[in-house]
Amino acid sequence: MKIDCKHVWSQVSDYIDGTVTSQEREAIEGHLANCRHCSAVMDSTRNILVLVGDARTFEVPVGFGERLHNRLQQSMDAQEPGE
Amino acid sequence: MDGNDGERTAAAAETSAREASVIAHILAGDRELFHELIRPYERGLYVAAYSILQNEADAEDVTQESVIKAYKGLKSFRGDAKFSTWLMAITLNEARSRLRQTKGDQLDSLDDCDEERSDYTSSVLADWRYIPSEQLERKELRKALQEAIAQLSREHREVLILRDVRGMSITETAEATGVNEGLVKVRLFRARLSMQKLLVPKLAPKQRGLMGWLTRKAGGR
Repeated sequence: MKIDCKHVWSQVSDYIDGTVTSQEREAIEGHLANCRHCSAVMDSTRNILVLVGDARTFEVPVGFGERLHNRLQQSMDAQEPGE
Repeated sequence: MDGNDGERTAAAAETSAREASVIAHILAGDRELFHELIRPYERGLYVAAYSILQNEADAEDVTQESVIKAYKGLKSFRGDAKFSTWLMAITLNEARSRLRQTKGDQLDSLDDCDEERSDYTSSVLADWRYIPSEQLERKELRKALQEAIAQLSREHREVLILRDVRGMSITETAEATGVNEGLVKVRLFRARLSMQKLLVPKLAPKQRGLMGWLTRKAGGR
């Protein structure tokens, strides 16, 4: 199966998720081996998603957990669960 | 399904069984256990709320209110979805509701748009060099990522955060956001490509500014 760049771009997300068929995967990988542009699109997208998914990208405010559990405790003291 | 998928499924089933037992104990009167039940998820709830509200104080308040709402409504949790997914769905609804109160939320129609192909040149892409995660120690990189996410539509931010930040499956993301799996995939596709499109020109090494300097420095090690 021969595919063009536009087809590869439409499959970038599913390819990253591993939800394309084996035939489709083979075709995409064959295309990527010969197309620097698509290869860069795929690599940069994956790289960005790794960075976005890193725990360091989003920090919670200092004292967040303590304030959350204190407020929760106040509610719990006042009410049984599911009332 | 490969070996890793099998292990993940087994671990998820074990977590669900353990949580079901903890929930039964809480409902039977051991209410303090609720603190431990939500602890693994509280950070993710905050990040999801922040992704919608784009404001730390509101995100923290909404996270607190969502957790309290989950406690009060614990009896209604039937175990059809994972507890974490149920908790996330409550948080997303609370955050959307807060957004409507403060800004008047409007659904956009990006799902129907046929976005143009990337408008940066091949030369920028050809310069792409892998950015190692250690670079996240740099505040500038974290800021660039957060700013790019902030530029996405609310719907695209939600799926990106749940799937790519929280690592939820497509099915769980659909359950938490209340849309079908097909639409989750479409939004995810657009969100991911938008992120790539927004960030590559900033992060490619030959570009001017701090990001270019950052990646040149990383490559020069």
